[in-house]
Amino acid sequence: MDKVILAQDLSLAYNTEETIISRANFSVNSGDFVFITGASGSGKSTLLRSFYGALQPENGSLIVGGVEVNNISSSKLNFLRRHIGIVFQDYKLVKEWTIEKNVALPLIINGYAKDVSDIQVDKLLNHVKLSHKISKYPQELSGGEQQRVAMARALAHNPILILADEPTGNLDDYSSRLIWNLLEGANTQLKATVLIVTHHIPEDLAVDYRHFNIEGGDIYEIS
Amino acid sequence: MRSVKNHLSLIIALFTIVFTMQVYIVVDRTVIAYESNLNENYSIVVVTKKKVETDSLVAISPKIKSADEISTKDVIKRLQSQMKQRHIDLLKLSLPHFYSIHLTHYPTPSEITSLRKRLERNSDITRIEDFAQSHDTLYKLLLLFKSVVVIFAIAIFAVTSLLVLKEMRIWQFQHNERMSIMAMFGAPVWMRSAVLFRLSIVDAIVASVLAIGTFIYADVLKVGNTQLQSIGIEVLLFDPLNDGLLIVGVALSLSVILATLIVIGHKEEV
Repeated sequence: MDKVILAQDLSLAYNTEETIISRANFSVNSGDFVFITGASGSGKSTLLRSFYGALQPENGSLIVGGVEVNNISSSKLNFLRRHIGIVFQDYKLVKEWTIEKNVALPLIINGYAKDVSDIQVDKLLNHVKLSHKISKYPQELSGGEQQRVAMARALAHNPILILADEPTGNLDDYSSRLIWNLLEGANTQLKATVLIVTHHIPEDLAVDYRHFNIEGGDIYEIS
Repeated sequence: MRSVKNHLSLIIALFTIVFTMQVYIVVDRTVIAYESNLNENYSIVVVTKKKVETDSLVAISPKIKSADEISTKDVIKRLQSQMKQRHIDLLKLSLPHFYSIHLTHYPTPSEITSLRKRLERNSDITRIEDFAQSHDTLYKLLLLFKSVVVIFAIAIFAVTSLLVLKEMRIWQFQHNERMSIMAMFGAPVWMRSAVLFRLSIVDAIVASVLAIGTFIYADVLKVGNTQLQSIGIEVLLFDPLNDGLLIVGVALSLSVILATLIVIGHKEEV
């Protein structure tokens, strides 16, 4: 089975005095559905940031999607990110763009033709039940709707890996359920590897998942 | 509405800069025209015992542009009715020769002194009138004028720098998030910056068109013409080709520099 993420003796730190993740060894296989949990400030989001190259490993090695993240060049980093879909707790939508353009962003970056991109955006917005809001701007949508747009954007380019940082942290139960369904669908139907950082794992998940916990800078899998 | 507001902030800043720059150019032209006007009206008068070639006077200093003999015929004509012809003939023989010396530029007081010394070395010259006192007053006025222009230019530079810096901070705030989000999905630098450059170029063109339009209108209305004519000068308020190109060039350069600085200073937020 292909390894989408492979960490060996991985240490992460924002400065040399304080190590957040210390000599971690783990791997995530293609098609896995993974939860990373831990107390606030334990380093969950820091670890996620390292997966899309926003933070360089302090020590050890980290390979994501076959790309070595250590000392990665900007062109390789862009290449890596073009194969990842990211969802954030605060959505991170471009405020001055319409929903349509926000969802189309990864498709534009990946060089899809306009007609192909339009079809894909329509399909995804239909999938997240927001077709009727295609011309709206993010601030005209509720938090749950904005997160569905962010999900549609993360799925747009059929990424090999979907990273989600507290994707339901700001949402009500109904919106949270919709987001979990979308993440499960991405894993089962699109065969994407899904990695979620969260405080709370929902009990009614329909997929098998792996669970890593971070404590005191150590990462360990809970079976 | 939000997009219009975003555009307006840069358009207003750029318009202010190019407008003030053009005002400075017009003021500078006024000073140059005034200086040239003073120079045209200024000359040194020299008196010689015998007739000399005007070229020999010009050769005395490279600062001398030309020398013309001042005709005494009119003076003699006026005296003819009051004097006998014999005396007139005697006067003609004894009358010295007068020359008006024009300079290449409006001289400073020290240049006049040095020129005077050079002229005094010529044995044919018996008297020099350099109108130093009235020149001095005019020269001080011109210096004051030039100082005002320099202070004006410094003030423009300061205001421009502040405007550009303020605009840069606003832009950094406005565009950083979008650029970070685009970077998060693997957009190369040129793609992340494209919106910024497109926006800045469009705004620069709009600001230039507004400034050019304002000055063409002011030129048609002949703003300030009466005042300038009253001091004997004419100033071109706006040269559509040269000034227009300069305005477009400055506005484009400033906005592109601004966009480049933002791209260079961009820090990923996510």
